[in-house]
Amino acid sequence: MQNRRKAILFVSLHATLLAALMALAATMGFLSVSVSDVLQIVTGKVFRLPFVDIDPVAISVVADVRLPRIAGAVLVGGILGVSGAVFQAILLNPLADSYTLGISTGAAFGASLVIVMQLFGLVLPPAISIPLFAFLGGIGTLILVLYLASGDRRLSSTSLILAGVIVSAILSAAIGFLKFLADEQVGIIIFWLMGSLSGISWQNVLLLMPAACIGSILAFFFSRDLNIMATGERAASALGVNTVRLRLILLAGCTFMTALAVSVAGIIGFVGLIVPHLLRHLAGPDNRLLIPLSFFAGGILLLIADTITRAVLPAEVPIGVLTALLGGPFFCILFKRRQQDGKSGF
Amino acid sequence: MAKAAFDTQAPLWSLKGVSFSYGHETVLQEIDLQLFPGKSYGILGPNGSGKTTLLDLLSGISQPSSGSIHFIDKSLHKWSHRDLARTLALVPQDFMVRFGFTVQETVEMGLHPHLHRFGSPSEQDCRLIEQTLEDTGIAHLAQRSITQLSGGEKQRVAVARALTQQTKVLLMDEATSNLDIHHSLEILHLVRQRFLAGNIHLVSVMHDLNLAAFFCDEIIFLKQGKVVHMGPTEEVMTAEIVEQVYQVEAQVQHNPFTECRQVSFRLPQKNEAV
Repeated sequence: MQNRRKAILFVSLHATLLAALMALAATMGFLSVSVSDVLQIVTGKVFRLPFVDIDPVAISVVADVRLPRIAGAVLVGGILGVSGAVFQAILLNPLADSYTLGISTGAAFGASLVIVMQLFGLVLPPAISIPLFAFLGGIGTLILVLYLASGDRRLSSTSLILAGVIVSAILSAAIGFLKFLADEQVGIIIFWLMGSLSGISWQNVLLLMPAACIGSILAFFFSRDLNIMATGERAASALGVNTVRLRLILLAGCTFMTALAVSVAGIIGFVGLIVPHLLRHLAGPDNRLLIPLSFFAGGILLLIADTITRAVLPAEVPIGVLTALLGGPFFCILFKRRQQDGKSGF
Repeated sequence: MAKAAFDTQAPLWSLKGVSFSYGHETVLQEIDLQLFPGKSYGILGPNGSGKTTLLDLLSGISQPSSGSIHFIDKSLHKWSHRDLARTLALVPQDFMVRFGFTVQETVEMGLHPHLHRFGSPSEQDCRLIEQTLEDTGIAHLAQRSITQLSGGEKQRVAVARALTQQTKVLLMDEATSNLDIHHSLEILHLVRQRFLAGNIHLVSVMHDLNLAAFFCDEIIFLKQGKVVHMGPTEEVMTAEIVEQVYQVEAQVQHNPFTECRQVSFRLPQKNEAV
């Protein structure tokens, strides 16, 4: 009972903070817009009310440029946070994240392939083809990893991680070769790989929204099973958890939404690793609380990072670089402090 | 209450021609076995003889490579995961918990097969957990993180969780191997009391022959993936059988102090053999 109250408190606190940050982020940028104007623009657009006393430029900047990017940042961050939490729980490894099984490398390979093909004169509409190939690359990688790991009928975490490492290594080499082929145009690939939220449109948001909802609800649905998985595969089986089926369903669900996020925003590292870690430190390891919190905290972290690069810094720094630069040192401090408390692991 | 649910004459498990192999390596060969309710079974044998594999097969965690396993009223693989978890609990040998769940949270997981997906424990469930923590002597650790416990304390958490599962059948895989003699006896005594009251049926993998003699009514000796001897403890816990299974020299006596059989053993004396 006490736990449930704590959970509601934690979740509503994070959700409120996220909503406040979204409103705040919409005011920031080259053109400064007040919070009340932002709220009026949002309610006006949603309920089709007339606007009073607002600069029409501000309306289009907020509604067509800033809001889709903010919504995109929150959704991508949320997806990475939730899938990080799920991958850590499924792989029984606190160092895992959404990219451990090579999904990001697969997506990067797909995107680089299209970029290189375009350099060689193949005409494909880049706005659709890059995300599409990235998505297919991510899904294809999971299928390959599952195929490699399936020799072990229990689909154990060691087999999965090992298969993921092998496939990633091969794909990284392939990406290296594509970069070599791209020659002087290699910058396009590198820029894509570092991730960016600058190009996000409402269409992208409409694509991400249902994926994030379905994936997160699926993860929440199986959260108690994930808790039991933490006590080992045999013990989980004996408690009635179908470990193989659980792994397959959640891997498929999380890969689907992660691949979609990567295809829209590129590879944004560190969110999927650090968010579940921090939350476990704050709120305990119970996945029933950890999974919803990971969504909100992932959204908050990526929104802050994206707002810094968009509105605070003089020039846009690739978001993947910024999350690692912000998150890394923070993570080091936390890690050191845990060691001093005599808790080496998480 | 539970015993009436079973026909005491019919076997709980019956295994016919069960073999199990990992790849090309055969772990269990052509096992035919019937385990009846109302008896405490011990599975004994040297390292690598297939004890844990047999327990995995009995608990439905692994499927046999060939042969069939019947459990209570139907083939074991036809049981749903949930129904099986309501009937049968396992205390695993390697109780490794990855994330810092508290002892209370870990024991509460035993309710999993009984709870609705988003349900929370009832008043009655909470009392059961409290009582089980008390019985297994870990009530004082309830709010501690499980990653900080010693091996023996973790094993008691595993036993507490299995008891919280409220099953009719309890399987234990060397559940007392990390415990000191006091705690071993305490846990075995606790489980044995419930067994004697007719609440649970027991199958345990044991390493310690003397604890097995105290705890088990029937012993199954495994060697190299085969059942070499099986029968009531008084009949099979003999010097000849222990010598044959473990390749040691053994003496078996009735110890009037413990009122059990007691085995003493030493390595074969090579000089004498020549």
